[in-house]
Amino acid sequence: MSTETGGARKRRTLTTGQRENRAGLAFVSPTFLVVLVVVIVPILWTVLLAFQNARLVDIQGMGLFGNWSLDNFGKVFGSAGFWSSLGTTLVYTVGSTAGSVLLGLVAALALRRPFRGRGLLRGSMLLPYVAPVVAVAFAWEVALSPQYGIVNEWGAKLLGWDDPIAFLSTRSYEVDLLGLHFDIPLALLTVIVFEIWRYFPFAFLFLLARLQAVPDGLEEAARVDGATPTQRFRHILLPQLMPVVALLCVLRFIMTFNKFDDVYLLTGGGSGTDVVAVRVYDFLTARYDVGAAAAQALVLAAVLTLLLGIYFKFFAKKVQEEA
Amino acid sequence: MTRTQFEERLFGILRWVTIAFLAVITIAPFYYMLLLSVKPIDALLLDPGSLWVSAKDFTLDTYRSVLRPTSEGGQGFLRMLVNSALVALGTVVLTLAAAVPGAYAVSRLRFFGGRHVSALFLAVYLFPATLLAVPLFVMFARIGLSGSLVGLAVVYIAQTVPVSIYMMKNYFVTIPYSIEEAAALDGCTRLQAMRRVILPLALPSLMATGLYVFMIAWNEFLFALLFLAADPDAWTVSLGLQQLANGIEVPKTVLMAGSVVLTIPVVLLFFAAERLLTEGLTSGADKS
Repeated sequence: MSTETGGARKRRTLTTGQRENRAGLAFVSPTFLVVLVVVIVPILWTVLLAFQNARLVDIQGMGLFGNWSLDNFGKVFGSAGFWSSLGTTLVYTVGSTAGSVLLGLVAALALRRPFRGRGLLRGSMLLPYVAPVVAVAFAWEVALSPQYGIVNEWGAKLLGWDDPIAFLSTRSYEVDLLGLHFDIPLALLTVIVFEIWRYFPFAFLFLLARLQAVPDGLEEAARVDGATPTQRFRHILLPQLMPVVALLCVLRFIMTFNKFDDVYLLTGGGSGTDVVAVRVYDFLTARYDVGAAAAQALVLAAVLTLLLGIYFKFFAKKVQEEA
Repeated sequence: MTRTQFEERLFGILRWVTIAFLAVITIAPFYYMLLLSVKPIDALLLDPGSLWVSAKDFTLDTYRSVLRPTSEGGQGFLRMLVNSALVALGTVVLTLAAAVPGAYAVSRLRFFGGRHVSALFLAVYLFPATLLAVPLFVMFARIGLSGSLVGLAVVYIAQTVPVSIYMMKNYFVTIPYSIEEAAALDGCTRLQAMRRVILPLALPSLMATGLYVFMIAWNEFLFALLFLAADPDAWTVSLGLQQLANGIEVPKTVLMAGSVVLTIPVVLLFFAAERLLTEGLTSGADKS
């Protein structure tokens, strides 16, 4: 008798657990299915394609396997401009990430305390982030145009520029400052500035939320002890913000590293702004070389993984300790 | 003057300088967009530096020209707006349909692999869209979905479901479990409890998530370019604007009107639900 009831109870608890398990699996299955078909399978296929001789014309009749070769990687590493393109991607990513997080931090500090119209300004500061990239890129393109752009017009009027500056199509711009001669990569810088402008609201939003959660008492105590504003920032606020700053940097780094739209829309990848994401697109649509495009995308993903690995190995712990 | 006084005065001034600077850089490009969209191209070429539009120049012909169908000599943006709206709304509905049960399961149920689901889905964002673009391009060409809005919506769903689950999960865990237990005692099944109790309570989060998904789908450009570029009838507004901006035939002020048309729906939605959205996005950020 007793064993029977024990067994029955055991089975009942098991079935409750099983039912929950089954419900859980059923609830996530639609999501899982979509992600599987549209994300995971394509990624695996990219890996296969990268090791095959595949062009768009013959891919229709081709099997999934066969034609193995390492040609694509040879083509990627050997092609003119791959390494410089990787360098450009890095400069673009680091510049945009650091710039947007820094400007976001400055903005969050400036808007921390209430003032008249703060709500309105806070709302409109998110505009660059929520507005469609095609629309804002077009507005920037027109504004920076050497023929009819407002920036060159005002530059000539107020700053005395002799010739209009083609911001988006000048690979290197010569500057003479105090007798020294510089070449600055103007198009790349412009694209970075655009990226900073578009994404500082993202950093601002998260940093402001974190700032407002810092207990007032901490700062008050430091003020009473005679700490100056810079000291309070350095020793009280910054340590509190550091985890969010680190997270934002990683997020922005990943997103910008893979970024295609902004560069493609502003410069089409010309004038020294040929980031790898745009090169992948060119391989795919201009040369129909699917294999080489896949190999290139794969190399990009590998580099990103490597960089993230280095970050988490050496820096993540340090940030946690500081925080 | 002590160092504290000096610093306090300095930062007091710098704060206002910063605020003014931020206001200018965020609003000026949008003002410029709006300004150019209501003047004829001649007025722009005559005086590119002007900061306003004179009453004599003011025109809405740019909007008429950009919205009119191509058969009547316009740019056909009305049709593109419909395309964009269909894709974006379809994406929102289907994403929420998949993400609500998903977020519920992740926040409430114990099941095989449940604790790794959100991490797995967030890993989606580690892979560049360009990496997906190649095989998706080939796959869609094979099954005849390239050039169709349905195919585009499917891609958008896959791109937005993970972050939707993440956003809603954060909200679901704040709803006390006892409410659901009470519903269960009253005889509700799990699905009924979800529909009658959880969903109404989670409405703010649902709206914020839906809005975020709408923005992503409405603004997206790369996949639209890959799948629809060859088929002008299926262009979304983003794609149409970019394709026309490449040419020289269409006056810039007309295209600026197109930019305004593309931007306005998103901005209106954003201001209508700004608080919801910012809270939905950053929930959890203040807890770390």
